[in-house]
Amino acid sequence: MKLVFEKSVPCRQGLRIPERDVPAGNRLKKEYLRERPAGLPELSELDVVRHFTGLSRRNFGVDNNFYPLGSCTMKYNPKVCERLSSLPGFLYLHPLLPQLHSGGAFTQGALRVLYETDRMLREICGMAAFTMQPMAGAHGELTGIMMMAAYHRDRGNRKTTVLIPDSAHGTNPASAAAAGYTVKTVPSDESGCMSIAALKEMLTEQTAGIMLTCPNTLGLFNPHIKEVCELVHSVDGLAYCDGANLNAIVGKVRPADAGFDMVHVNLHKTFATPHGGGGPGAGPVGVVERLAGYLPVPLVVRQEDGTYALEYDHPKSIGCVSPFYGNFGVILRAYVYLLMVGREGLERIAENAVLNANYIKEKLKPYYEVPYPGLCKHECVISAVSQLHESGIHALDIAKALIDAGFHPPTMYFPTIVKEALMIEPTECESRETLDAFIEAMIDIAEKAKQEPQTLKAAPLTTPVGRLDETKAARQLNIACL
Amino acid sequence: MIDPEARYLRTHEWAKKEGGGIFSVGLSSYAVEQLGDIVYMELPQPGDTLEQSGTFGVVESVKAASDLYAPLGGEVLEVNQVVVENPDLLKEDPYEEGWLIKIKASNPSEFEDLMDAKEYKHFLETEAE
Amino acid sequence: MPYISNTDQQRAAMLAEIGLKPEDLFSDVPPELRCGGLNLPEGLSEQEVCSRLEAIASQNSASLRCFLGGGFYDHFIPSAVFALTGRSEFYTAYTPYQPEISQGMLQAIYEFQSMICRLTEMEASNASLYDGGTALYEAAMMALRLTHRSKVIVDDSVNPIYRTMIRSYLRNRNVDVELAETENAQGLANRSAILEALDEQTAAVIVQNPNFFGCIDDFSDLAAAVHSKGTLLIVSCYPISLGLLKTPGAMGADIVTGEGQSLGLPLSFGGPYLGFMATRSEYVRQMPGRIVGQTTDAKGRRGYVLTLQAREQHIRREKATSNICSNEALCALTALVYLCLLGKEGLQQTAQLCADKAGYAYERLTAIPGVRPHFPAQCWFNEMVLDLPCEAAEVTARLLERGYAAGFPLGRYYKGMNRSLLIAVTEKRTREEIEMLAEEIGAIVESLRSDIR
Repeated sequence: MKLVFEKSVPCRQGLRIPERDVPAGNRLKKEYLRERPAGLPELSELDVVRHFTGLSRRNFGVDNNFYPLGSCTMKYNPKVCERLSSLPGFLYLHPLLPQLHSGGAFTQGALRVLYETDRMLREICGMAAFTMQPMAGAHGELTGIMMMAAYHRDRGNRKTTVLIPDSAHGTNPASAAAAGYTVKTVPSDESGCMSIAALKEMLTEQTAGIMLTCPNTLGLFNPHIKEVCELVHSVDGLAYCDGANLNAIVGKVRPADAGFDMVHVNLHKTFATPHGGGGPGAGPVGVVERLAGYLPVPLVVRQEDGTYALEYDHPKSIGCVSPFYGNFGVILRAYVYLLMVGREGLERIAENAVLNANYIKEKLKPYYEVPYPGLCKHECVISAVSQLHESGIHALDIAKALIDAGFHPPTMYFPTIVKEALMIEPTECESRETLDAFIEAMIDIAEKAKQEPQTLKAAPLTTPVGRLDETKAARQLNIACL
Repeated sequence: MIDPEARYLRTHEWAKKEGGGIFSVGLSSYAVEQLGDIVYMELPQPGDTLEQSGTFGVVESVKAASDLYAPLGGEVLEVNQVVVENPDLLKEDPYEEGWLIKIKASNPSEFEDLMDAKEYKHFLETEAE
Repeated sequence: MPYISNTDQQRAAMLAEIGLKPEDLFSDVPPELRCGGLNLPEGLSEQEVCSRLEAIASQNSASLRCFLGGGFYDHFIPSAVFALTGRSEFYTAYTPYQPEISQGMLQAIYEFQSMICRLTEMEASNASLYDGGTALYEAAMMALRLTHRSKVIVDDSVNPIYRTMIRSYLRNRNVDVELAETENAQGLANRSAILEALDEQTAAVIVQNPNFFGCIDDFSDLAAAVHSKGTLLIVSCYPISLGLLKTPGAMGADIVTGEGQSLGLPLSFGGPYLGFMATRSEYVRQMPGRIVGQTTDAKGRRGYVLTLQAREQHIRREKATSNICSNEALCALTALVYLCLLGKEGLQQTAQLCADKAGYAYERLTAIPGVRPHFPAQCWFNEMVLDLPCEAAEVTARLLERGYAAGFPLGRYYKGMNRSLLIAVTEKRTREEIEMLAEEIGAIVESLRSDIR
């Protein structure tokens, strides 16, 4: 498809700007003005609508079909959340309003949404307090590690190191490093969980804390999780729970009960807000009582008269990690979702997510290697190593063949400790019919890998472009049409 | 492909004697193969000092990045700009045209700490991933 | 549960087929860790939730006539923006990891990157960051990496919200970066204070245009001075103003960031917003966040992929340029659609309209006895600081009752500016609203004065 700039026709305009209804009173000095207008395209509204409708048709979302992208929890995004989040009372609310003297009265509804979402997340995670400021999961991690650093500074601890298992998401070590910590990688044992023996050996007085995904990125619930947290506590370290996989245990296990001191929740995963093609998300962080003083400000509180207000007076607070109160529009969608599903619904989510993942894993076992064959939680990891050895078919080829079958591929090559990994997360939403169709496609691909592997190498054939030359993209960098 | 003249680190960097305490340093063909098409390299400046087994740069492919470790400590004398501009040289000729840097070793005997070609071959067969 | 498709019968059959009983699904969780039910309300029907949310929304006053800015502006959003970004092929997708089925979002991001480069006159842009404040923090980190230095200077005419954020990020780390903050900007960046703090350890100088007071600056002189020390110049900017104003690129900025909310994103009580970042080609490898590049497939067809991924956390882990993963892709799409609809002329006209209306507001407001411009010597774009003869916070409080969000009292962030009010005027404000605001302020000022008398 042509670039939008290539469709530009001089003097076309897509929006009529109102006539000036005031005298021309502009006092801008010429030296402050740009030399030539910015090279924006000139298009009619119809041109713009056709262009972006065209682009949307070259994109694949959860609404198109099954999207089992492991660790991303691509569940259905209810339409009611979209509709209610666009009520004008929410959409056009200026964030500085409640910071004006007596301005809080004009934003009671929005503050209530923040307050009640916070309370529900506390209950779900077992934590004492939450901040809604972090704007994504990784942003929550950074916020958590900054609080970890503040905690240790406060206690006069000299800590330098954060421990992270080898199966972790890349954001964990990146967040710890962004907060100034050295990262040490703890190996997994043969069960797929963090090796307790290795952990014991690596724990020192320098250990600031640990970051763990629960259940972990192999989809496994570590039965020794409490012991891990206690070990970390024994050196005055803090245990951070990456809540990316909360969908597996929501309503069943509360991270605080497992011994964690902090947790971030990806609202765009567990609480069904749309991923937006890569964002926006939201990553509220919950903490236990002894860390509550470090949370970013402001916090939303409920006053004695039942009104909501912003509270800033927390001298130990780390400050602000976002300009206001987090990605309010995303939090609002999650709030609506929580009201819809309720207490019992949350438990059903975890049960169905786990059932769907185990169903896929068991059905694929005869055809693919399953490195951790026992019970999994919300996602399962299979490996294409046997396909690779028998016929040179990589996980990538299987992923591309799935595209031709109409499915979004699973996560590939992650976690890195599994060779030729395909990580499948079906979510609770999907029906048995959909799962069966996917399983059938996977079996068909396994057969093709044996019979006619070259057809898989050619996939996908049904898309507007074939496999793209990523080496060329990186070597002959073209990242803007100037 | 293993160069019999070179000696190796477990992280797949090689070093070869150029005479006068100077060593050329590169990346083994095994490592280059594992990385896939290399798209970018970050190498030190001439004059920088390196420690044995310390990092001296990064090679990046589309899907991976790998730190480079110095087989010997010393001062960087020369950096191969040709390979920086044409990373395919690493694949085509990893032990000659595809050298990365030349080092004036501060302690040339460190060369003896490295695996020789035979040991490296055995290492690849048994341990390397 | 409306969002679970399987029926009880289907679940039973599936369990039986894989040889499990319902209680087996969580048999790996030690019994003492099971929470045994949450203390939350039962789920509601869609109808009930709709009425509840409509009631909650009505407790917000989103219809105040808005002269409140401070970096976040009430601009008009064309209908087509909502229609196009509301297409679920975009908004229900994840990060475009599979390029063959994500060409829509990938091409859009490539176009967004191009648009940001064209707006700022820079060479390279990323696919978005969370917001303008985190973009500024990321720019500071990028400069620290590029220069291998340890100090950052921030001018106090930079948005105080962003300065608070940068302070929080830099102070709550386990390693120290020196943060030097200037004071007493007199409408423009405090050059003497910046140059005094500038030394061989300074990685970056951070300034803003138009600055928090709305004043327009030209940093060309500063860029030259900063570069002579090997330091980088970071400029935070307001994208609508770039419809008219000299660009950061033309001034010699090394890294440009900004808040993209004004480009078609609703104010939405603080987010989601859109951080953007652009830089020189030579620095692109140290730029954080995702980047989309153009390439071809085996048949030579043009396509787009995520590129330079080896900088990112999923490959480089603790050595990544940033920890960012989810960004604000849908907001970037929104900004792109908005800019396409406005086009070359439209953006210029919108910026001009903002400036003209603000100019008119200035005339009307400074005609009120006792109301004076705080920085009379400076040019400003669509936001201005006016000094009132009384506490600005008192005035804004009274105006709220009259249906006006009249501006932001500066006393909260700037010592001795309790009587200063920051007023923003966008193209949405009508002549009538401006005149009414002037009348209301005039009346309040008069009554407060007579109270004092």
